[in-house]
Amino acid sequence: MSAVTLQDIVKRFGTFTAVHRTTLEIPEGAFVTLLGPSGCGKTTNLRMIAGLLDPTEGDILIGGKRVNDVPIHKRNLGLVFQNYALFPHKTVAENVAFGLKYRDVPKAEIPAKVQAALDLVQLPHVGDRYPKELSGGQQQRIALARAIVIEPDVLLLDEPLSALDANLREDMRVELKRIQERIGVTTVFVTHDQSEALAMSDLIVVMSEGRVEQVGKPEEVYNTPASEFVANFLGASNITEAKCIEHGASVVVEDATFGKVTVPAAKAPNLTGQGPAKLVVRAEKLLLSKDPAPEGVISVPATVETVDYQGQAVRYFVRAGETQLQAINMIDEHPFAAGASVHLHLRPQDCAALPG
Amino acid sequence: MSIEAREARQPWILLSPALGAVLFLLIIPLMFIVVYSFWLRSAMGADQVGFYLDNWQKALSDRFYRDILLNTLKIAAITTVICGLMGYPAAYFIARSKGNKMILLLLLMLPFWISYIIRTMSWINILGTSGALNTLLMTLGIISEPMQMLYNEATVILGLVHFLLPFMVLNVYVSLEGIDTNLEDAATSLGATRWEAFTQVTLPLSLPGLAAGGLLCFVLGAGTYITPVILGGPRDAMFANLVFEAIITQLNWPLGSALSLLLLAVLGVLVGIYNRYLGMAQLAKGLG
Repeated sequence: MSAVTLQDIVKRFGTFTAVHRTTLEIPEGAFVTLLGPSGCGKTTNLRMIAGLLDPTEGDILIGGKRVNDVPIHKRNLGLVFQNYALFPHKTVAENVAFGLKYRDVPKAEIPAKVQAALDLVQLPHVGDRYPKELSGGQQQRIALARAIVIEPDVLLLDEPLSALDANLREDMRVELKRIQERIGVTTVFVTHDQSEALAMSDLIVVMSEGRVEQVGKPEEVYNTPASEFVANFLGASNITEAKCIEHGASVVVEDATFGKVTVPAAKAPNLTGQGPAKLVVRAEKLLLSKDPAPEGVISVPATVETVDYQGQAVRYFVRAGETQLQAINMIDEHPFAAGASVHLHLRPQDCAALPG
Repeated sequence: MSIEAREARQPWILLSPALGAVLFLLIIPLMFIVVYSFWLRSAMGADQVGFYLDNWQKALSDRFYRDILLNTLKIAAITTVICGLMGYPAAYFIARSKGNKMILLLLLMLPFWISYIIRTMSWINILGTSGALNTLLMTLGIISEPMQMLYNEATVILGLVHFLLPFMVLNVYVSLEGIDTNLEDAATSLGATRWEAFTQVTLPLSLPGLAAGGLLCFVLGAGTYITPVILGGPRDAMFANLVFEAIITQLNWPLGSALSLLLLAVLGVLVGIYNRYLGMAQLAKGLG
């Protein structure tokens, strides 16, 4: 049974539709990420699950029960905000204990539960301090402790890492995932950061302009994007106009740059037959080389236009004929210089195809 | 001159007009008043220069002055409490309203565009014997004779609340604006009802604004002079009226000086107590 179900949900603000008709199942115990750019409706969905917003149409089910009319304080959810939202006039321990006061927890057991939650987030000694005495990362851990100490049915995380520094964000990401796996709580995580989504999720829901674009495991949405939007939003992709010329046991698409490309059928699930199509080539699958490719690998001559050196990797903008392409390559010595003539290597099995 | 020295001087240069104004318009006149309070008004009408404690003795020992001082503080306190009770919900409503916040704040400031005296006198047209309320009640046949509603302590308090409410609303509004609305959402998600979230989170966090507004209302209310003159009866004089009486009517500047310094000292002590517990920083924030 799914822990949370959005059934034919629509949310309008006046004449603006923030969420178009959406149906979504969030499996029990899963870490599900709502991923998309700002304004895609991901936070609106989260706030509707939380009970902070009412859906205009449709039903929200938590644990199989319709909760549209259940007020937020009776939904038993853990909510973590981007800006931590700790109560500044209460100590850390009082913050964590806040939710327990409204539950049937005997007073004598509260300190032990608070301490267990603080231990879980690896901040066992800060109970007497005030939130402003802690760093941003520590505050977010306390916010997490406060949300999970009440043993919520669902944990809702609204961009919890966005306010943190880059390094801390990656540490917290691992930490958050560890805690979630340990307590096994169903988690809905909202982010605009694709690397967070890919690293943490069991399931990613990619959203754009109030619609769900694709639902899948991280490697599914990454390797087999269901739409041009997904291909562009997750990582860097080259999307070229192409034509499907063979659609059977194998799928063959032809475009102006790479010629005929045999795409694995699994990576063109939405392509229904011959006709206009789009070829999706991940930037990191396009390798630059000074030599032509061996047999079985597509090889296209090109000129390097721009070099964006990033240390362990380099991002090239190259021109092959009329088309500008992006390539992200790992390097161990010197990158190609701008203006260099190179060969682009591409394995056909690394390509995906979309309907045109 | 080195850059450091110039930078060190810059704040003082920028501050000098304000410091000059405070010095010449406040501190020096206040010194005059201190000096005056030790002079003595003779039977002839001329002030006797010297160091006499008679005015202070009178101001501090006369029951008449003491009663009026206590009554003044009582009226200011009642006004402050009413302003707090009425102002808080209004400020909360403005702080939580979406979109039309600016219009609501503008409406709040609108009374300041009209003279305080005119605003106070408007109550005569409402509560006077031939005022709007009496006329309405008589037209409806509820009363046959006009009621005497004006010129008592209640109307003085009414006038003060009318005058001071915007100060309270603005101070509470500023502190409510500074509170993250996610805090209430967080509290309700943890199981608190809207009301519990308010009393547990929002109210304690907005107390500094309430206290700052309260202090302003109290000090301005205790120092008021116009309201009791226009809306009070003969027995509703407040302390500032005594100062006016002594200086303008009796031309007894030394006594008037001692009385005004007494009020200043009492309010100063109360502000000091407030500062001890809540801090002036909050007041500055509320005014800013």
